[in-house]
Parts: sequence; C-alpha cells; structure tokens
Amino acid sequence: MKLLVPVFLFFSIPVFAQDDLLSLIDENEESQPVEATFKSTRLISGQTTEMRSAGVLDFIISHRFGRVNTGIEQFFGLDDSQVRLGLDYGITDKLNIGIGRSSFQKIVDGMVKYKILTQKTGDKAMPISLVAFASIAIKTGPGAFLDPNRDNPFSDRLYFTYQFLISKKVNSNLSLQFTPTYMHRNLVPTSNHPNDVIALGIGGRYKVTKRLALNAEYFPQVTNKAFGIYDALAFGVDIETGGHVFQIHVTNSRSMIEQGFVSETTGNWGDGDIHLGFNISRVFDLSPNKN
Amino acid sequence: MKKTILFVILLSACLSVSAQKYVSENSHIRFYSSAPVEDIEAVNTGSKSVIDKENGAFAFSIPNNQFEFKKKLMQEHFNENYMESEKYPKSTFTGKVENWDATAGDKTVVASGQLTIHGVTTQVSTTAQLSIQGERMIVDSTFPVALAEYKIKIPKALFYNIADTVEVTVHFEYVPLPK
Repeated sequence: MKLLVPVFLFFSIPVFAQDDLLSLIDENEESQPVEATFKSTRLISGQTTEMRSAGVLDFIISHRFGRVNTGIEQFFGLDDSQVRLGLDYGITDKLNIGIGRSSFQKIVDGMVKYKILTQKTGDKAMPISLVAFASIAIKTGPGAFLDPNRDNPFSDRLYFTYQFLISKKVNSNLSLQFTPTYMHRNLVPTSNHPNDVIALGIGGRYKVTKRLALNAEYFPQVTNKAFGIYDALAFGVDIETGGHVFQIHVTNSRSMIEQGFVSETTGNWGDGDIHLGFNISRVFDLSPNKN
Repeated sequence: MKKTILFVILLSACLSVSAQKYVSENSHIRFYSSAPVEDIEAVNTGSKSVIDKENGAFAFSIPNNQFEFKKKLMQEHFNENYMESEKYPKSTFTGKVENWDATAGDKTVVASGQLTIHGVTTQVSTTAQLSIQGERMIVDSTFPVALAEYKIKIPKALFYNIADTVEVTVHFEYVPLPK
C-alpha cells in the first residue's frame, strides 16, 4: 500500500500532455478485412481470391503468343497469337460470374466464384481467404476431337473445373495462394489421358513497388499425365495504373483458362516452349451512386 | 480500514482528472479531391477525438482504412497506393485551441498543433467553429491538406484525376467522458 500511494499521487496530478489525450481515444483496432491480396482477379492464367465488387464489370483481354523457340522466322512466337476476351461481373461483393471466349480451340467458358472466407485482422482475426470456384468450358471448334469425322455428342465438348482458392496476405508485399483443383473431362483423346485430373496449384506475388508486383504460379498434376502433357508453370509482372492492371508473363501453357492450362499444357520449359503473354484488365463501375 | 479510505480517496482523485474531458460521440470526416477529370469524395465516421475543457487541449485519431469511397477500387488504391494504411494505420491531430474560453456559446477559434498523415508530422494551424452548449460541444472545421507535404505521391498519369491539395471537412460532437 505504501508503494501504491506515490503511484496514485503521480496519476492524480492533472496531466495535460497531448499524448495522453491521444491514448484516451487510441482504442484497439476493430477487425478489418485484408484488402488487395492480389492486384487482379487473375494471378497469371489462374484465378486469385480477389473479387469484383457488386456492380463492377471487368473486361479482360488476354493474349498468349506462340513459342519463343520458334525463332526469328516466327518473330519468337509473336506472329502467332491467341486471344481470350472475357467479362467478369460482381453480382455481390462475394459472388462473381464471368464468361469468356478463347480463339485457341474456339473455347467458350463460363465461371462462378464465391468468397466463403475473407482474411481479417484484429480481434476477430481470420488467417486466410477462401473462395470456391467452378467453371465450364465448351470446345466449340472442330479441333475438339482427334477424329473430326466422328459424330460426337455435344457433351463430349464439355470440361468442368472445380477449385478452392486459399490465399494469405503474409505482409503488405507477399501474398501466397494454394489452389487444389479437380477437373472432369467427358472425352479424352486416348486412354492414357485421365478423365479426372487433380492438380495442387500454388502461386504467389511479391510487390516490388506500390504499383509493380512479381508473380509466379505452378499447377503440378497429381493424377497421371499422358505423354507430351506438362505441368503449367508461369512467371509474370503486374503493373497497375488507376483502373487498369497490365500483366505480362512467360508461361509454358497457351491456354488462358483452367480447362486448358491445368491439364492440356504441352510446352516444356526445358525445351524452350515458352509463350509470352499478357492480360489487360479494365474495370467499369456500373452500380448506381451509393451515396 | 484506514487504508481502504485512503485508497478510495486517492482513486477518486485519480478519476477526477478526466472529469473535464470530452470525447466524441459522433464524428464525420469528409475527404474531397477536385480535379479536371473527376471529383473524388470519401467519408469516415470511425474517428475519435477528445478535448480537455479545462485548457483546450485536443487530440484526433482517424483510422485511414475507414474512409468509404463510392468506388471500392478507389478505396483499395487509397489504402494501398497512397495512404499505405497497413504501415500507417492512423492519422492524428494533437494540439491546443488558442486563447481557450470554455464559456457557453458559438465562437470561431484557432486550433494549432501537429498533424500526422502518412507517417509525416507537420505543424498546422486552422480555424474552427466551436459550439459549447451545456454538456455538449460541437466542432466544425474545413482545411486543405497538400499531399506532397505528407509524401503522398500522385503518378503523372493520374495528375488529372487526383488533386494535389485535398479538402478535409470535419464535424465532431462531444459529450463528457464517462467515468
């Protein structure tokens, strides 16, 4: 008690220091969602846990050029370009839908993305973000089948992909993602190609400056791979300016959607089967003024 | 017994210090940037403030990530690219009202002190409307914030989208600090 007296006396002296006023209102931070784990809804070709907000339309133009090892005659692949035009839309902040069309094999794809968990700080902390993803791809072109003269039913053109996207923003620069993927193909070219493919995708980004980030993604397949099929591996750079994100990358896959790059990658990094590519994303806010 | 009485006296002496302090019950901060291409506005209602009615000392604490923009992406860029809210979660303003006068009524006062934004502290002086009515106090003020002073860089490509000086309007309503 004797000890306490001077302590109390000390505290009962009116203190007018402004820092003490600040400490009066400096409460513990409320739980806040972690923003901007990735710069875009795509890391390179694969999806990220980033979502478009309600009412936002995202126009994504992607290109993958031919193989760099085709040499100067093909201008290192630039003569041969594949394009995907895509539209993603935020129905709510947690539910996104999208459609796209790739010139490669004339594939039309549709997807649904739902955010189950959002990484949060503070007292109600949540260590990760979790998104469920499903897509369907339709090979509309004649290239869908090995034997174009055979009469295949429409269902043979369909490919289904299901993913969980699990991401963590470790700090303001480093974000990591784990992407377990299951895919079903109604028709495969040979009996060596499994109808069901499982891949355990990993990816990450490291922010070098506020508007520049380095990305990498790798989708190793757990199920058997047929001869000539490789695991997709890609490296990229994100450059952000206002409402645009430019993504430039090198990849051994020519497809820009899960159906293609997870199970049908035919490029081998070791042989120099590398494609230069880019994505450009432009967002349009279609929601009426909220205020 | 004696000890207990002493304890209570000392404790109450301790508490009486805060008797003159007023804390904000409602707050509204508006951030407004006017540039040729677009006007950008954001509102923050999560800020806290305290004023010492004894001497006019004050403190404001503004959580940067609670500014709400019409466009979510703008909000993300505000936190990620400009304010760096993860690194600098709060903006603060601490100081004193000059020639403090705690009598009731409406008056124009000059508040000066240290404004900290984006980790940079500058000495600032601004006028404010102060209204004291019984157990309530209301503060209103509008002041410019030059982004360059706080090392907030606007890329040249966005020069026509974001003003180099933004206008900040604050409105705080105070009640005595509950004991």
